[in-house]
Amino acid sequence: MSTLSIIPIHYYLIFCSVLFCIGVFGVLIKRNALVILMSIELMINSINLLLAAFSAYMNDPAGQIFVFFIMVVAAAEVAIGLAIVVLIYRTTHSIDIDVLNKLKW
Amino acid sequence: MKLILILIPLLPLLGFLFLGLGFQSIPKKVTSIVGPGTILASFILSIITFIQLTQQAGSQASLFPQSTVYTLFSWISIGSLDISFSFLIDPLSVLMLLVVTGVGFLIHVYSVGYMKEDPGYNRFFSYMNLFVFFMLVLVMGASYPIMFIGWEGVGLCSYLLIGFWFKNHDYNNAAKKAFIMNRIGDLGFLLGMFLLFTTFQSLNYQNIFLQAKGMTSGNGTLVAITLLLFIGAVGKSAQIPLYTWLPDAMAGPTPVSALIHAATMVTAGVYMIARSNILYVLSPSTMAIIGITALATAIFAASIAIFQNDIKKILAYSTISQLGYMFAGLSVGAFTGAMFHLTTHAFFKALLFLAAGSVIHALGGEQDIRNMGGLRSRLPKTYWTFLIAALAIAGIPPLSGFFSKDEILAKAFESSHVIWLVLLIGAAMTAFYMFRLLYLTFFRDFRGTGEQQNHQHESPPVMTIPLIILAVLAALGGLLNIPALFGGGSGLSGFLAPVFADAASMSPKTAPLSHSAEWMLMATTLAACLVTIWWAYDRYVKQEKGLHPDGEQRSILIRLVSGKYYIDELYDILFVKPALWLSRFLHNVVELRFIDRIVNGIGQVVIWTGNTVRYVQSGNVGFYMFMMILGIILILFFNILT
Repeated sequence: MSTLSIIPIHYYLIFCSVLFCIGVFGVLIKRNALVILMSIELMINSINLLLAAFSAYMNDPAGQIFVFFIMVVAAAEVAIGLAIVVLIYRTTHSIDIDVLNKLKW
Repeated sequence: MKLILILIPLLPLLGFLFLGLGFQSIPKKVTSIVGPGTILASFILSIITFIQLTQQAGSQASLFPQSTVYTLFSWISIGSLDISFSFLIDPLSVLMLLVVTGVGFLIHVYSVGYMKEDPGYNRFFSYMNLFVFFMLVLVMGASYPIMFIGWEGVGLCSYLLIGFWFKNHDYNNAAKKAFIMNRIGDLGFLLGMFLLFTTFQSLNYQNIFLQAKGMTSGNGTLVAITLLLFIGAVGKSAQIPLYTWLPDAMAGPTPVSALIHAATMVTAGVYMIARSNILYVLSPSTMAIIGITALATAIFAASIAIFQNDIKKILAYSTISQLGYMFAGLSVGAFTGAMFHLTTHAFFKALLFLAAGSVIHALGGEQDIRNMGGLRSRLPKTYWTFLIAALAIAGIPPLSGFFSKDEILAKAFESSHVIWLVLLIGAAMTAFYMFRLLYLTFFRDFRGTGEQQNHQHESPPVMTIPLIILAVLAALGGLLNIPALFGGGSGLSGFLAPVFADAASMSPKTAPLSHSAEWMLMATTLAACLVTIWWAYDRYVKQEKGLHPDGEQRSILIRLVSGKYYIDELYDILFVKPALWLSRFLHNVVELRFIDRIVNGIGQVVIWTGNTVRYVQSGNVGFYMFMMILGIILILFFNILT
């Protein structure tokens, strides 16, 4: 029951939803693979934030511990994603996803 | 004692494994010792068993011991079904043991000479040993399932040995025919066993016979059981209507015909009915059916034999006819007579086949008696042994066939004069075709090619010595059971009496024949046989008739008989053609038009769908992501809606 709970829960909800939607639109609209990765990261973090908020609201620390695990996994995932992007750039000299349409039919 | 009993069937099995696994790496000399050796060892052990059985009898109050069951291990035990692997030793099984191993050993020795040049020498002996193993299991088993193991096993070995020269397509077909015909009979045997189990809750001989003793004569279930078991016997022992496989089975090597298709396997049906004598005595209607089948077979097969030209086929039909005699004996309750005839038949028919093999060997594979003749001087040992066997089968005293046939004829006369008359005609026909064969083969001038004439030679001692031993047995086998009329103690019937005691006490009593009547019967039979033998002599030696080439025009009746009554053709039309037609219909219409089309149709739909839908996979990552998010949104909406 500290500073976090002073802010009503629906503020968090609205904030996280907006953040998530920005991430989704970023993924859909952007053609730069690096930006798409960043957008995905945004989506993950919005969900993480919501999880932490609910955890505090419910007075259950388990959720906040969970968030740490998600962050660790997300860091690993980003590392792999970036490695792929670097490799793609080395072979095609481009990170435009519209160029990467060789895998089809 | 138990060890001896285990070893009797085990030795041939070990011989089979040794020769079979060694395949071609074992030298012929080793095979020649191991193959007959295992059977000889079994024979010696069988003699020990026999001596112990009679000694046991001497030490006890009763003349002969009750049967003893030796359980080796429990085999199947589920609920009330309890089958243990056990052997039954009683006079009947010991008699069969001696016949199977004794005659089997002689035939094995003969095969050493006969098969000498064959590339499949080891394979041959391993199959033969396997056959003897299964035959011993068949006769030693103490319950129907154990007998059935042997029953199926000998069928398998018969198949393997008929098709021994498997490169010949016809021989393979003959093997398949024998196997399929036997399967029909086996089905009857199996159903009979099921019915036995549901009726008696057991499959052991002793349990079944003990319970059956209390049942009334003509009980419907018993009649059904005995009929089903008889179907099994019909298949195995080549009776009408399942006899056609036996003549074709002559495709196998001659020792196989002697061992399997004359002396032992085909008599399994007779043994089985003699073993189940109580069940059969209590079902008079089955006995009547057996009688009719047996008489028809005896006459029918004998008439075909008269017009055959293949030396082995004549003997095959003769075997069928003689098996008919045994079944006729069983049907009038002459169980001892049937077993006696089985024993003597094993001697003289094995001898006939082996002598025929010696002739075929001497002529380099010639089997048509129209191309033989005059072999008397060239093959003296073969001739004399063949002559003894022919006299024995024709029923000329004092050779073995006379006594065994006479016993069946006398019993038949007691129960019905018609049966006796039919059997008498059969006996006369037997004498005729046997001597036709003898005269055409050994008398007159040689009719083969010059090359064959030069090739002619008497067989080596390894073949002629078994012939001579069998000739002695065929000549003196009758001493086993000399009827009381000649002052004999009736050895075999006394020996087998405990096995058939219950059956004898239950069958209807007929007044025994007076001595004068018995003399009359013997004289009539003998006269009939002598007349036909003289007739054959007159026709085939003096008038030199009987050489009809294949295409010759003859009267319709003769063409009918010499065409084996066209039974094979009839079966072909009635069963084989419809079966083939049905298979073709199922293949061409059901398989090709329906099942194949359904299967192919499913494949086509999958291919078409794949071809159409694959363009969705455009390779555009942005599009994929858009669809993914669209999907997630849709799922969310569905969740909210429901």
